[in-house]
Amino acid sequence: MADMVKLYIDGLEVEVPAGTTILDAAKAAGKNIPTLCYHEDLPPTAACGVCVIEYEDRPVMQRACCTPVAPGMKVVTNSKKLRERRKSIIGLVLSNHNVDCPSCSANEKCELQKLANDLGVDMHMYENILNKQPSDETSVAIIRDPDKCILCGRCVTVCDQIQTVNAIEIVDRGFGAHVDTAFSAGMGVSPCVNCGQCIVYCPTGALKEKSHIDMVWDALLDPEKHVVVQEAPAIRASLGEEFGMEMGEVTVGKMYAALKRIGFDAIFDTNFSADLTIMEEGTELVNRIKEGGKLPLLTSCSPGWVKFLETFFPEFGENISTAKSPQQMMGALTKTYYAEKAGIDPAKIVSVSIMPCTAKKFESQRPEMNDSGYRDVDYVLTTREFVRMIREAGLDFKNLPEEEPYHALADYTGAATIFGATGGVMEAAIRSAYYLITGKDLTNVDIAPVRGMEGVKEAEVDIEGLKLKVAVAHGLGNARALLNKVKKQIEETGKSEYGFIEIMACPGGCVGGGGQPYGSSIAKRARRGQGLYAEDHGLAKRCSHHNEAILKCYKDFLGEPASKKAHKLLHTNYFGRSKVSGEAVDELTHKH
Amino acid sequence: MKMITKYVLFSIEEDTLMAGARKVKAQFEKVLSEAGLSDEIMVVETGPMGIMGKGVVILVQPDDVYYVNVTIEDAREIVNEHLLKGRPVKRLQFSGKLDQNLISFRETPQDLKNQRRIVLANSGLIDPENIDEYIAVNGYEALGKALTEHKPSEIVDMVKASGLRGRGGAGFPTGLKWSFTAPLEDKPKYIVCNADEGEPGTFKDRLIMEGDPHKLIEGMAIAAYAIGAEMGYIYIRGEYGLSISRTQKAIEDAREYGLLGKDIFGSGFNFDIEIKKGAGAYVCGEETALINSLEGGRGNPRVKPPFPGVKGLWQKPTVVNNVETLSNITSIILNGPEWYKSIGTEKSSGTKVYTILGHVNNPGLVEVEMGTPLRDIIYKYAGGVKGGRFKCALVGGAAGAFLDEEMLDVKMDYDNLGEYKAVLGSGAILVMNDSSCIVDMLRNILFFFKHESCGKCSPCRIGTTQLYAMADRIYHGEGSQEDWEKMLSVSEAMSTTALCALGQSPYLVIHTAAKYFEDEVLEHIRRGVCMSNICKMNR
Repeated sequence: MADMVKLYIDGLEVEVPAGTTILDAAKAAGKNIPTLCYHEDLPPTAACGVCVIEYEDRPVMQRACCTPVAPGMKVVTNSKKLRERRKSIIGLVLSNHNVDCPSCSANEKCELQKLANDLGVDMHMYENILNKQPSDETSVAIIRDPDKCILCGRCVTVCDQIQTVNAIEIVDRGFGAHVDTAFSAGMGVSPCVNCGQCIVYCPTGALKEKSHIDMVWDALLDPEKHVVVQEAPAIRASLGEEFGMEMGEVTVGKMYAALKRIGFDAIFDTNFSADLTIMEEGTELVNRIKEGGKLPLLTSCSPGWVKFLETFFPEFGENISTAKSPQQMMGALTKTYYAEKAGIDPAKIVSVSIMPCTAKKFESQRPEMNDSGYRDVDYVLTTREFVRMIREAGLDFKNLPEEEPYHALADYTGAATIFGATGGVMEAAIRSAYYLITGKDLTNVDIAPVRGMEGVKEAEVDIEGLKLKVAVAHGLGNARALLNKVKKQIEETGKSEYGFIEIMACPGGCVGGGGQPYGSSIAKRARRGQGLYAEDHGLAKRCSHHNEAILKCYKDFLGEPASKKAHKLLHTNYFGRSKVSGEAVDELTHKH
Repeated sequence: MKMITKYVLFSIEEDTLMAGARKVKAQFEKVLSEAGLSDEIMVVETGPMGIMGKGVVILVQPDDVYYVNVTIEDAREIVNEHLLKGRPVKRLQFSGKLDQNLISFRETPQDLKNQRRIVLANSGLIDPENIDEYIAVNGYEALGKALTEHKPSEIVDMVKASGLRGRGGAGFPTGLKWSFTAPLEDKPKYIVCNADEGEPGTFKDRLIMEGDPHKLIEGMAIAAYAIGAEMGYIYIRGEYGLSISRTQKAIEDAREYGLLGKDIFGSGFNFDIEIKKGAGAYVCGEETALINSLEGGRGNPRVKPPFPGVKGLWQKPTVVNNVETLSNITSIILNGPEWYKSIGTEKSSGTKVYTILGHVNNPGLVEVEMGTPLRDIIYKYAGGVKGGRFKCALVGGAAGAFLDEEMLDVKMDYDNLGEYKAVLGSGAILVMNDSSCIVDMLRNILFFFKHESCGKCSPCRIGTTQLYAMADRIYHGEGSQEDWEKMLSVSEAMSTTALCALGQSPYLVIHTAAKYFEDEVLEHIRRGVCMSNICKMNR
């Protein structure tokens, strides 16, 4: 039990554990001290100074976000002087910010905008002085606009401390200080894995995805084109919150209804290909166990994680599953299986996906992702872009009816829907691997130890005597720690204790993806994840191998899991990448 | 037989080296040899003599004659006229009055203990590159005494009792600082010497290191013993080439003599020092930014608390002290805290080294007792104001404050100046005569802050930019009353919300300019007139 410290916040006595910051102590006293650079998930950078407080008995001001409490402190959180100081700081920040709120991607989500409004700051308090730096548009996934950056440092902290990618850093000094990549080469020529955590932690609109909205609208309006769409599992748990519904409320029927009204010609569901992924990856796992293949098997659904492995852990190139991600499996099937069945020229099909993810934009544009003979996935929209399209189309999302998708490529089980949360792929894989090995279903399909927001989770599954130790990591910093542990085990004993490892690039899994609404936090991600588990719980079929549409697809088209055709369309290769530029420099695996 | 009758001392420091001191010295040696005087007259290199901006400076002893602006061509004349015939060369003789308190060669080493010249006692007197000369003037006696006669806690108590305060600018009691770190169990601990002297107009630390590097090393070793550190770092401003090489040599010599390294004086105490070169950022003089830079990181200040004394270099307890502070330690140990306390004023004991420059006749280095009035420093030691009437002095560098004529008799120490919203700061005194313009000066200082801000915190990064932009408008006759009012309010907001002293500092210069010279600023705004005809008016 930590020592308790008694102090006064605006005269109110509060008692908090030693080491608590004044900011948190004030919350305990019901006072929300305004903050700007601070984020609850991240260590404070102390950059902005908005959270300054003063004391009744000492003539100094200190930052509440990073000053620990001391016994008997008499903290003042609100005074004329403090209000003036805070206004002055916000005024200064606005003077160095490209204030174009109406056209900004973060409008109404912007923490600077809200704070300025809350505190009644005059936008024209100081002359606007911008550095006039060009936007960084070198990345296929992420655009950075330095003129909107307020140098809070959150993106750098996330990239460095949470993701351990270190693609960006604050360079130069004084007024010239700005966020940049090594050699100012741009995010597209850096080790950036496109996870987009920088975007969802950005308090302003300085970071956003490279938009595909216009291309998708153009395709929809083109009578020659047959536009199909797939939606990732995590989308359904975060759309609602953007339209005034409960956080984490699953809105699958309304989502389909919106897609129909926007005008897509066919609506599939990435959940279908998530089930397919389990069949392929599960079979791969079972085969590796049976045939003494390379273990542990690492999941491959998260393209941010895949690029991370390629860049920082190429020695695990043979461990990562060759199965493509659900997005790319669907893409490959769309222009082959679906085109064949529906009698449509695949050249006329435009394949769109809606993802909670910015790395999916990168993944869809990887040169090798053309196994259908065409670009398997043409455009990737983030959740944010989809929300914008719904608004552009003038849809009253909250009051849309619950509708069905158009096609069997949208049928899914509960195992697929939990792909969107950390541990979900592992849980789905265990459900089916058990069946693939034993021919029997688990009596209880809930695998509780792999759920939840703990950074690295472990479980041991008993498959009729076969003990399979598994681990789940989310957030690349956790992944790095886990992989280093595995590496050490292999170096010391020749093998790792783990047979199967799930890794998701983003903390919380896809519900916390870089394409999700601005203003992400671990707490919000957990609620979205709970929404997905609730949907899984309510579905009649909860194991991928029970998905009739999948079985039919194998019967009619692919043959069986891991067949030659399945390998051609549904499996892929990996490349070693430069830690400086992120470019592919050598092949880690050979063509399947 | 060698029988030295006269010494020709060359002041060797960055300024005189640039003026060609070594070439002149070589010429002297040549001429003396030709005249067959090599066995009678000895040419010696010493540290800074305190005379600045006057070319090559030499001192002939025991005649006590200073020559300035000496060139190669002058060597023969000085040798023939003065050294042979005993007639000093009037045309080259230093005309400024050299007071007792200005560092000079005119004391004997035996008298040193009784003098009130503490930090610069040996500067210009001994060869800074010769450890034996330092030892001859009681060098390393204090370290021996500390290690063999005192417990570390006693050293901390002595420094506390001496009343020594940090000479880097803030004036925090040194003994108190040490007392926070000394009892901590966390190991290893570090002593870091802040020699990243960046305050405009300040060069005292450079001259201390160039003049007497062993005094710093000895002081550091004693500090390390007191706080329980076994490793020390001297973070020296990268431009200070001679300071770096002399200090480096001093460290190596001390190591060779066993005064650094393992089991010093057989006491079981181990201590060594490494030099780290700064890379030119002013903000790295801020102790937490300095620590980040020392670790190899970006020179951004850290959030305090935790203070470096608890979590500093590599998150270990670290005491950061200024060069001048550490150079006071040996005298305190040798002469006792009461002796030290008796010098200076009640709350600011000891001496202070000032660098005085600008519109004065004899710019240079002065070490005087705490509490000496500004008037004495300017008129007694720096030869008075040059080229006009005294207008004001900027005391403490860019992070300092303006003092005008009515403040000339204020006693210069930490607390007295504090009462007038001014600071002693780094000890730089920039004197301005009545031909200078306060707006021009402000604009210059604000450019400096804008240029040197590390960019980490918003109040400083954007505030310094806005302050400069507003000052620049006033300088060009385009400023408004509102600009001036905002300069006052922004700098005030920065003074309490910026993360470190850099962003907090513009407040002082702006507000003291407002206190003494607001009319002059308003002239620029209302009438578009710069009375000194310096500002570039666009209207």
